[in-house]
Amino acid sequence: MTKLAMPKIDRKLISKKKDIVIDLEKILKRENILDHEDQTRPFETDGLSAYKQKPLVVVFPENTKEVSKVLAYCNQKRIKVVPRGAGTGLSGGALPLADSLLLCLGKFNKIIDIDFKNRCVVAQPGVTNLSITNAVQDKDFYYAPDPSSQIACSIGGNVAENSGGVHSLKYGTTTNNLLGVEVVFMDGTISRLGGKTFDSEGYDLLGLITGSEGLLCVITEVTVKILKKPQTVKAALIGFSTIEDGGRCVSDIIANGIIPSGMEMMDKALIHATDNFVKAGYPRDAEAMLIVELDGTEKEVEELIDRVDKIAKKNKSSSIKISKNEKQRLKFWAGRKAAFPACGDMAPDYYCMDGTIPRGKLAEVLKEIGRLSKKYNLPVANAFHAGDGNLHPLIMYDANEKNSLEKTEKFGAEILKYCVKIGGVLTGEHGVGVEKRELMCEMFNNNDIQQQIKIKRALDSSSLLNPGKVYPILRKCAEEGRVHVHRGKTKFSDIPRF
Amino acid sequence: MSIEEKQNFPTYQDSDFIEYPQDEQAVSQFIKKFYKSNIPVELIGAGSKRKIGRPLQCAKTLNLSKIKGIIEYLPEELYIKVKACTPIEQIEEELKKNKQQLAFEPIDFGYLFNGKKDYGTAAGQVSCNISGPRRFKAGSIRDHVLGFRGVNGKGEIIKSGGNVVKNVTGYDLSKLICGSYGTLVALTEITFKVLPASAESSTLILHNQKIESANYLLGQAISSSNDISGASFFPSEIKAAGYKIDIEKTFKLNDLKHKGSLTAIRIEGSKNSINERIKNLINELKITNINISILDTYQSEIFWNKVKNLEFFIPSNNSIFRIVIPPSKCTQLIYQLSEKFKYSIDWGGALIWMEAFELSEEMFESIRKKVVKIGGYLTMIKNSEYLPFVEDVFTINSDRFNISQNIKKSFDPKRILNPGKMYTGI
Repeated sequence: MTKLAMPKIDRKLISKKKDIVIDLEKILKRENILDHEDQTRPFETDGLSAYKQKPLVVVFPENTKEVSKVLAYCNQKRIKVVPRGAGTGLSGGALPLADSLLLCLGKFNKIIDIDFKNRCVVAQPGVTNLSITNAVQDKDFYYAPDPSSQIACSIGGNVAENSGGVHSLKYGTTTNNLLGVEVVFMDGTISRLGGKTFDSEGYDLLGLITGSEGLLCVITEVTVKILKKPQTVKAALIGFSTIEDGGRCVSDIIANGIIPSGMEMMDKALIHATDNFVKAGYPRDAEAMLIVELDGTEKEVEELIDRVDKIAKKNKSSSIKISKNEKQRLKFWAGRKAAFPACGDMAPDYYCMDGTIPRGKLAEVLKEIGRLSKKYNLPVANAFHAGDGNLHPLIMYDANEKNSLEKTEKFGAEILKYCVKIGGVLTGEHGVGVEKRELMCEMFNNNDIQQQIKIKRALDSSSLLNPGKVYPILRKCAEEGRVHVHRGKTKFSDIPRF
Repeated sequence: MSIEEKQNFPTYQDSDFIEYPQDEQAVSQFIKKFYKSNIPVELIGAGSKRKIGRPLQCAKTLNLSKIKGIIEYLPEELYIKVKACTPIEQIEEELKKNKQQLAFEPIDFGYLFNGKKDYGTAAGQVSCNISGPRRFKAGSIRDHVLGFRGVNGKGEIIKSGGNVVKNVTGYDLSKLICGSYGTLVALTEITFKVLPASAESSTLILHNQKIESANYLLGQAISSSNDISGASFFPSEIKAAGYKIDIEKTFKLNDLKHKGSLTAIRIEGSKNSINERIKNLINELKITNINISILDTYQSEIFWNKVKNLEFFIPSNNSIFRIVIPPSKCTQLIYQLSEKFKYSIDWGGALIWMEAFELSEEMFESIRKKVVKIGGYLTMIKNSEYLPFVEDVFTINSDRFNISQNIKKSFDPKRILNPGKMYTGI
């Protein structure tokens, strides 16, 4: 485990643990408070399991009023609070602090309203992403954002992270499919933002809190848009003998005015790993492979497949396979969706990165990743939401080897810095969390970060909600010297520690 | 007069001195100066939407119209980066060359305010965040702003977002800027997401429907898998004696063969796909026994341009407001209102545009109450001469007001950027 600087531990507060628990018992049922070490251990980490920290206390409020009371109490007593949904996040956004209360939304697990007339579903935040689609699919509706963890991740967590998925190219990410939320701010104020209407008047607070990684408020209810399933969906499996050809094909499809519902790319390493894993019928001789999914009416899909076929051939595709039926289409996807577990065959551990780049720079970035892979002597496999430029390099390592995680993290950081350098961003859908916190200064300057911190303070004046996430802790930056020290000078010496 | 009095006094004006900064640095310098000397400033671009929001008179005006020009347009990357006050028309022309578009359909408010074209600027569109008929399918302006640069109330240049669609790095300030009416930053640069424009468009017009059946059919059409991109209703009756609605005059098109109310459904895509979907819709909506017209691409485009630009509402001194509600409540709301008004429905019942005659402030507040009760909001877009000064142009509750005030302070601590444009005290 590498060292990670977090906000200074309030030892005095930890010594008052007993009193805090007694106070919490006045707000919550006793069984919803976990304070013994054995009870808090399961919550010491989230999807970024490299970092672990047991919280002071874990609480499971059952309704919004309880959340409000807990937050108001913590605000008054200056107790830090880390909110947690399903704990599937990959950037350490729900990593507890030793002196924090971990607020779990697991008991908020009901769908409150299925409203076909207004084409929306109102759900509590602990409901899983996939349950929403399951609740409306009998009438052929679905909820569009589909992060690969959709079977387990919670809708509240999706809002906090602004999760995407393979269909966000055409249907947008969480923020584009969200109509309203009920939230509780750190002082205990309960507020409704948006509702069953489009947009909201005044400042778009709904837009602001979406993707705010639990730093601004706790989400207690979510209203999302649902869509009717398209009549026809087909997928094309296209192989290329070079990554450059595949990359050009992606740009060419978009430039031709086609927006596929999904467009995924995998490199040779991943084609083999996933094909071994699920026998999806992937072109094993190809250097790169695209899955292009098209939806619409029957004729429309036929036309689009035809056009994609021509574009692929123009870009020297080595093989093209079109799904003949729904079973085959799902088989095509099975490999892609198993990309992460399939990596288990290649190495004991892998580290999943998440940057976004301009689509046209794909080949250039993959080349650079290849170079870095040699430099660090760590193999890498690449999955790529090619349509929207979201790259997921999977770095293979063995956690039992000394310093291997540190080396992997350095490799990952170099990839992300390169993404920013060529006009992309640090994170496309996994969030900054603790993982990319120290890289924020690669993308933003002092003024930009200060402005964001001021917004944080405007809604949480004592910085008690999920501190230590998203924004760099400056002293650490300087000590580590891995990001911010440039020619011996700290870049942002005037940023207060946060 | 103190700064606070100036900010809250509707008619205060030091002089008519207008500054025209040439670039972002100059904007920053001006605002730094104003910040130091506590001078409230009105930000304007082309001024085409200046009348939307609360009346504002500041000591200084910062006219940003010289901050214009396309910085970078990469069609295959689906974005265009422009200086903030680039005319919307220029952007749309450029996109057309590559068969692309701003899918949220920017509204030209010129027709409503002056009876003629006056599209305004990119920053104006972003600041108001009022999107056209395609919104329910394609998202609104806030869904199409990928990033921005601007100057906050201290004169600091800040940025957020980027050029890519998938981006969760830091808070999404682009959303916050959309619809903030220039009260948070003076925008200097905007990156829009662009999308391919459909090759063809067609409109299925159902004639002579009453509001209940129109709303029902529009709802069914949106809930189908036919991927429709427009769903509007124009009634023929009016709830005010002595005023006429002349649908035929507004929508004078060769293929509109019947008189009476219009229920319009737009379908966009390739020709084959459009034909297939129209056939599906006629079957699924069971409308074989009602009068229909089908508009081809040429007429369909004219039709939706008029819908988008609110040409149905002929320039007058009447108040115009915009009501956004859950679509299932639309019919009920129209029946509940006893005031004299003319209206049209868009977004399949989720949006009502309303022109009210001889409206008093009490009547206005009573309409607002009904809208809020059903979970919607109401914005006064154009103030009539009968209501020269409506205090609350926008709808807000006390929780949201407090949060908004804190957000405002975090960008503009001395409240010098468009103070009071949205709410007293913000």
